[in-house]
Amino acid sequence: MNKPSIVIEMKDIVKKFGDVIANDHVNFQVEKGEIHALLGENGAGKSTIMSMLSGIYRPDSGSILINGRHVMIRSPKESMALGVGMVHQNFRLVDTLTAIENIILGETNDKWRGTSWRKKKQKEIEEIAEKYGLNFPLSVPIWQLSVGEQQRVEIVKTLYRGADIIIFDEPTSVLTPGEVEQLFLTMQELRRNGKTMIITTHKLKEVMEIADRISVMRKGKMIAQMLKEETTIQELANLMVGQEMAEGILIQPVEIGAPIIEVKNLVVRTDQGIHAINGIDFAIHEHEIVGIAGVAGNGQKELAEALTGLIPWKSGEIIFNHKKLVNPSVSELIDKGIAHIPENRMKSGLAGNLGVVENLLMKSYRKEHRAKFGLLNKKANTEWARNLIQQFDVRTPDLLSPVGQLSGGNQQKLLFAREIDLKPKLMIAVHPTQGLDVGATRSVHEMLVHLRETGSGVLLISEDLDEVMHLSDRILVLYNGKINGNLKRGQAEKEMIGQLMAGVTNQKGAFDESKVVI
Amino acid sequence: MDMVQLILAAAISGGTSLLFAVLGGILNEKAGVINLGTEGIMLIGAVISAIFYLQTENLFVTFLVMLVASGLLGLLHAFLCITIRANQIVSGLAVTLFGTGLSAYLGKSVAGVPIPVSIPKIELSLLDSIPFLSIFSELDIFIWMSIALSIILYLYMYKTSWGLHLKAVGDNPSTSDAMGISVTAFRYFHVVVGAMLMGVAGFYLIMVYSPNWIEGMTSGRGWIAIALIIFARWNPIYALFGAYFFGGLDSLGFRMQIYNFDIPSYFLKMIPYLATILVLMFSGWKNRHKPSIEPKSLGNPYFREQRF
Amino acid sequence: MSQKSSYEHISVDLKVDNRKPRMVPYKFEYNPHKKGGWWVPLLSIFVALIICAVFILLNGMNPITIYTKMFQGAFGSSFGISETIVKAIPLLLCGLGVAIAYRIAIWNIGAEGQFLLGAIGATAVTIFLPDLPGALYIPLMLIMGIAAGAIWGLFTALPRTYFQVNELITSLMLNYVALLLLNYLVYEAWRDPAGFNFPGTPEFTPYQMLANIGGTRLHIGLVFALFAVAVLAFMLTKTRWGYELKLLGANSIAAKNAGIKMNKHILIVMMISGGLAGFAGAIEVSGVAGRLMYGISPGYGYTAIIVAWLAKLNPWAMIMTSLFIGGLIVGGYSVQSMGLPLSFSSMLQGAILFCLISGEMISGYRLKKIN
Repeated sequence: MNKPSIVIEMKDIVKKFGDVIANDHVNFQVEKGEIHALLGENGAGKSTIMSMLSGIYRPDSGSILINGRHVMIRSPKESMALGVGMVHQNFRLVDTLTAIENIILGETNDKWRGTSWRKKKQKEIEEIAEKYGLNFPLSVPIWQLSVGEQQRVEIVKTLYRGADIIIFDEPTSVLTPGEVEQLFLTMQELRRNGKTMIITTHKLKEVMEIADRISVMRKGKMIAQMLKEETTIQELANLMVGQEMAEGILIQPVEIGAPIIEVKNLVVRTDQGIHAINGIDFAIHEHEIVGIAGVAGNGQKELAEALTGLIPWKSGEIIFNHKKLVNPSVSELIDKGIAHIPENRMKSGLAGNLGVVENLLMKSYRKEHRAKFGLLNKKANTEWARNLIQQFDVRTPDLLSPVGQLSGGNQQKLLFAREIDLKPKLMIAVHPTQGLDVGATRSVHEMLVHLRETGSGVLLISEDLDEVMHLSDRILVLYNGKINGNLKRGQAEKEMIGQLMAGVTNQKGAFDESKVVI
Repeated sequence: MDMVQLILAAAISGGTSLLFAVLGGILNEKAGVINLGTEGIMLIGAVISAIFYLQTENLFVTFLVMLVASGLLGLLHAFLCITIRANQIVSGLAVTLFGTGLSAYLGKSVAGVPIPVSIPKIELSLLDSIPFLSIFSELDIFIWMSIALSIILYLYMYKTSWGLHLKAVGDNPSTSDAMGISVTAFRYFHVVVGAMLMGVAGFYLIMVYSPNWIEGMTSGRGWIAIALIIFARWNPIYALFGAYFFGGLDSLGFRMQIYNFDIPSYFLKMIPYLATILVLMFSGWKNRHKPSIEPKSLGNPYFREQRF
Repeated sequence: MSQKSSYEHISVDLKVDNRKPRMVPYKFEYNPHKKGGWWVPLLSIFVALIICAVFILLNGMNPITIYTKMFQGAFGSSFGISETIVKAIPLLLCGLGVAIAYRIAIWNIGAEGQFLLGAIGATAVTIFLPDLPGALYIPLMLIMGIAAGAIWGLFTALPRTYFQVNELITSLMLNYVALLLLNYLVYEAWRDPAGFNFPGTPEFTPYQMLANIGGTRLHIGLVFALFAVAVLAFMLTKTRWGYELKLLGANSIAAKNAGIKMNKHILIVMMISGGLAGFAGAIEVSGVAGRLMYGISPGYGYTAIIVAWLAKLNPWAMIMTSLFIGGLIVGGYSVQSMGLPLSFSSMLQGAILFCLISGEMISGYRLKKIN
């Protein structure tokens, strides 16, 4: 243990998806017993190279050595047998199974599984969980667990399988600041026990906090590798994004105008009858970006759906543009001027098989100048679409090719082009920069700020707390369907928001001890 | 035997064929594959049984040949849905259309020929004297097999490692793959075995329930079985009761004719079909606020490197 | 536990050690945007013919002779051609009906029942209104046929929209109900008392029949069917409503976000779908059969599914595919005398559908060189 030995060596790895080069002759080394951060922005190729280490993808060329031996990892199972475990960004858990069932999934010994078997396994797993201080309910279906708990199940799963090398893929992106701290404590505990860890991330502060060594990737290439002590945040930022500006865009202070939407004592129920939004009040004004912070599953989805007319609300009032809304339909709200960037653009925003024109028409095809007497105005619509994609700089081979083939950034720009062209009074943007690279993220931010400057109100729902804090004039913290904090720009500190997201509050009555995850 | 016992006995004999088909369907769907070929596979199972039994008069050989034939149709469906990744609904419809045509083609020579078969019965004379249970005293072996199969499948699904893997494959194939479970092998196995059970359903229909081949003799039972999967909430034990309920309905029309109700038989025969729709409407309404328990990846083909 | 896994560790390590990295220079890549082509249906028909040739051989006959005879029977004479077209008319209308539902992923397999209801609805006019002025009969019969089919389609749509009942099962169950209703009518309630026990209604009067074309069995229903193709094709490609359907078919969640109501469209589409099949039924009784009778449909509603898929749900292409399948049925009749049962053509249809869907997917794969 005195002399550091190299446990993972990846040489000259190339991986292509279609014509896109995800990894371009990448070299990567990890030493035993260290926490190694693999830094890079979205789309830099971090996940791809880690997926090759865990057997999900196979390299097109190049070689992988584990503990000095050439290996050919053809499946996740083989990777596990080599002592490599991965904690995925989108957890590899079967929602409908319990934690125990997920942890032992894939085991083929013990065909019969009666009560005594269950007890034995429960004990084994409890022992591991206790050793590293990872607690979670063992016999409840995964979908009922919090995100932090699910991640702990993933970690125990890799340990149970005897992993010596654990890969964490963007582990902090979905956690509250408190949960992140907890995770880092666990990682340090694992290091004390001789485990080697790789953490992929794009968050510089976290890298400086947890890593021993750092590798930086950019656009599919390995740029640099250094010890933490040898570098600074600024240097890492420059390495990560290259010549592009690492700082966010500038936001000018603007006087807010009249209220656009007022929400009063709103209650929204899910299909299952649970109160997802449980009596909230807020308003969004002209020239104002209101950000919603909160751990996923605290009512964000239902709030966006209610405000866009996708689901009805149970009680309360929504006043839009000085008029009370009564059971509004989606199309009614579109006509009134509510635009919507839905979460997961390809699933719910665009139709991947259809071309640019048809995707752009989605919100405006009912208008008289797009379709007269129910007949589509083909020539004019094509011309309009051509102008629009020029204006928003959407790069596409032609107007007919399916938008599913465009890059994520171009798809998002197309979506924004469609929504902004409606000249919305209110924009509801849900995770608008998810999976986008720095350039595209920046243009999305610019478009949102531009909307604010031209007098629209924006409701920004995002899991990226830095984004919410940077863009929002006001931050509402959503916890358990209630607003657990209303902070003005500059008032908000990250630690404080983190506590509010976890349910800590000064007010009486809103505090629910069982839900505090720290 | 009184009226209630008669109806129960009829329900069991009418429901057994359905039960085999439902159990087969549950295996398919638990693995994430919809099989709308049930009707076609049942018909092939029935016609092959008729042909081979009339040739060989050997029940065992007939049963084996029938298993192979229906398994092959299952294999075809599995190949289209799992390897080629074709649309499972259309593939299932194709199996039914092809099976219906092929069974009629093959069955031309045996149409209407009575099948001189006697299925061994298990006599439990002990039960004879006990009221109510006496209907169980003289059931054929296939009825006992179907009951045993429901229980075995229940234990298989909920108490074994394979059962856990089956649920995982049907709910989340990519995670299962990552955990080292072969999604392809699992799906193939369960689709083929499920198809064999559908074949057994056809076998029982022609060997016991109405022993002579008529074109299209399943008359929608395969489709009712598909509806029963939903009604039974993918649970083999519930399937047992669901199948007997429909078996009872099936013979109800029969009975009412005997007792001279003044309703044309055509309308009595509509009962099972209309009941299927009503039952599905009822369970849709009853479970409207519950999370869906249908296998999460039902109908979706699995691609490993799903990125372009 | 940890002991066991470290043992596994070693065993795999050794196994892997001996192997050199495998480098096959080619691999198959699937691209959903590249699948399909005009040649896929043709090739799949060809392959299906070969598969079924095996069964003909097993039956001790020469497949080439059979196929030649079938082709001659269907397209070799003016009688054959007119028969083929007569069969193609109901197939085309039912095919249009199911295709429009499939376009928004509504799996209507109830065209058979909707067809029967159309036939029943049209016949009801002749039974209940025996003293109508002659010229009124045909319009009224056709409208009643369409309405009856549309209502039958609605019976499939309503459980789906209000109770989330799978429309596949509902529509199929209703086929059996419709068939039993038909049999009740032709055997009991509406049976021709002067018909010597023939299961059918009294024959229609000339006023209740569609006009024939040029002394053949071909009737003016052909014009109606072609008209329906043109109207539907126009509606689907040029109108706002067609665009809504396209969006629902391409991505129903995105369509919902754009304010398109799925349930409303399911109701409309199922009524149109059922209405078209009902139209076919009304045309069949008034154009060909001349009465409602047992076995009025030799499975047109099921065969229409293949007509629709072969044409890739395109209305214009369905003119070709309905003629082809119509020819298959007529050809099937002509080889019946050689000892090949009629069910042979339905087997062939199933085989075509198999080949078609696998061909569609396989055509999306491209062999790609790595590096």
